[in-house]
Amino acid sequence: MSKRVDVVDLNVYYGDFLAVEGVNMNIDAQAVTAFIGPSGCGKTTLLRSLNRMHEVLPGARVKGQLLLDGEDIYESGVDPVTVRTQVGMVFQRPNPFPTMTIRENVLAGYKLNGARLSKSQSEEIVETSLRSANLWNEVKDRLDRPGSGLSGGQQQRLCIARTIAVKPDVILMDEPCSALDPISTLAIEDLIGELQQDYTVIIVTHNMQQAARVSQKTAFFNIAGTGKPGKLIEYDDTTSIFNTPQEKSTEDYVSGRFG
Amino acid sequence: MTQTPTPTPASVQGPSGASGLTEPSSNGVPRRSSLTQNTLPSWLWIAMLGGSLVLGAALSALFGFNLATWFIFTAVIYILSSYFLTRTKVNGRRATDGLWTNLVYLAFLIALMPLISVIWSVASVGIQGLMAPGFLSSDMQGITGLVDEASQTEGTPVLGGIFHALIGSLLITLAATVISVPIGLLTSIYLVEYAKGGPLSRAITFFVDVMTGIPSIVAGLFAGAAMAWFLSVFSGVTGLLTTQRSTLGITAAIALSVLMVPVVVRTTEEMLRVVPNELREASYALGVRKWRTILKVVLPTAISGIASGVTLAIARVIGETAPILVTAGFVVNTNWNLFQGWMTALPVYIFRQFQNPTSPNFSDPSEQRAWAAALVLILIVMGLNLFARLIAKFFAPKQTGR
Ligand SMILES: Nc1ncnc2c1ncn2[C@@H]1O[C@H](COP(=O)(O)OP(=O)(O)OP(=O)(O)O)[C@@H](O)[C@H]1O
Ligand SMILES: [Mg+2]
Repeated sequence: MSKRVDVVDLNVYYGDFLAVEGVNMNIDAQAVTAFIGPSGCGKTTLLRSLNRMHEVLPGARVKGQLLLDGEDIYESGVDPVTVRTQVGMVFQRPNPFPTMTIRENVLAGYKLNGARLSKSQSEEIVETSLRSANLWNEVKDRLDRPGSGLSGGQQQRLCIARTIAVKPDVILMDEPCSALDPISTLAIEDLIGELQQDYTVIIVTHNMQQAARVSQKTAFFNIAGTGKPGKLIEYDDTTSIFNTPQEKSTEDYVSGRFG
Repeated sequence: MTQTPTPTPASVQGPSGASGLTEPSSNGVPRRSSLTQNTLPSWLWIAMLGGSLVLGAALSALFGFNLATWFIFTAVIYILSSYFLTRTKVNGRRATDGLWTNLVYLAFLIALMPLISVIWSVASVGIQGLMAPGFLSSDMQGITGLVDEASQTEGTPVLGGIFHALIGSLLITLAATVISVPIGLLTSIYLVEYAKGGPLSRAITFFVDVMTGIPSIVAGLFAGAAMAWFLSVFSGVTGLLTTQRSTLGITAAIALSVLMVPVVVRTTEEMLRVVPNELREASYALGVRKWRTILKVVLPTAISGIASGVTLAIARVIGETAPILVTAGFVVNTNWNLFQGWMTALPVYIFRQFQNPTSPNFSDPSEQRAWAAALVLILIVMGLNLFARLIAKFFAPKQTGR
């Protein structure tokens, strides 16, 4: 159910502006990979190019190859919609659909695509997704209330449930905890640890402890200066990145000396 | 007066200083909570307003009492006295603040006056005609000058009603809505979701702006000419409908939709633009196609605003007179068919009853009917506005929590 991701010579542009340059990395399946780096170095940009969400912005484009289990998602003729059903995404700010109930939010991936589900099927999807998002116990009595009535942390877990309900192979998370309190953050970190068994998880975080806690591999990105492209500086096991970094800038960053 | 670094009551009172009213008593124990310093008791304003009303009435009586001078004197007395009272008892800053607050309220009252007096005068004159038996359920068929003459000279009940005009207005506006809502909705969806700021979208925005300013009579002439042209081409090609005239209910509906489309485009565009991009992206990220995202996420999120915008556009065109008069004409009987024969709309009915009374020498019954029809028209427009608010409230996404 989970797929590996190989990035080959990837350049990401906003119009003429090269935001991320020359990224090469192999991301393992069934593992958590963390992207860290100072603000503006292109973590979000790279993450959004992994499920072809980058190109919904006007003028945004990508050069290079991005292999999902060996198949290039940027090959001509590939439908971005198919890619996005396989690579799900959780955003920085929780964004449940305000017009939908909790139940409808979980089923959104099916309902919005016009899929017909029997009652028992949808009951099952709702329950398993909410259970894997560690939200079931909190909302099981109010599935028909609006999703926007939940707390921020619950909303974020609802968004995760919505993403795993469509059973993607890869889950991308862009600073999923940055709007949350420590308790909700812990809940989501636990959840990421569980998701790893079934999915390839890629998470952007500014929180070094979080990267150290949840990920097996860490990629450090940096930027030479404003207006310059962001680059992948170092990519290795999380323990190596934090304990024995090879690059000076990585060491400075993880030890908090800049950024 | 020396300024102290910490904000004591004296320093926050500002440069004009303060008098003993709010000063703590000398033994250091404040008479009132120290937080209520610098305020005057709230009953004072009511008392002052009462005083101003009495004084205003008295002054107005000097020049022969009437409501307008009473209002003016009261306002002037109240505003000036509260200004000077606050200035002397509290401080200058508060006084200026109060002065402007009062002036804003005054402006609001003045702005409200025309509205209230319009509603009041139409209601008071129109209610009699509205109560006349059969006013809402009968048309003007068989109501001749003689009938009206009898009503005015012999006191027989005023006959005739607005049923045909109600039906006409309803059908024409409904048809105009059916034409303009899809056009307007699709245009604004194109502008917001698909156009990338290219020349086409800028041209559309420009022409929509121009259309907003089209005088309604021009829209009427346009629709009439367009329909005449269409009918002549159509009958020339097919040999059918050779005797069809262009004065039809549907022609009026086209004229009204020319006026409605820009309003619908504008309001819908605004509503679609405020739908957060995050929701679109959330939907894309679930593997949902763009058109489905628009249909199932963007439109439902914006539907309350769109629906109330459309309702307001309807309220705007239902009062149009000239474009309907030149396109649909004027009849006395009820015509249910938009595609055959002339039709009357409510505003046209009012216009005709005033301008060409049924009995030229005995116009009272016609005027009574006209006022009553005007009252009905106002009620419809107010009802539509109320309806728009209800829609907005009812459909609004349930934003609770957080
Ligand atoms: N929509 C956009 N159009 C043009 N340039 C953009 C856009 N979004 C981001 N950029 C630029 O791309 C570069 C990378 O931005 P990105 O958002 O990927 O950084 P980030 O690493 O996610 O930063 P942060 O940690 O603050 O979220 C920055 O220089 C930014 O100014
Ligand atoms: Mg970012």
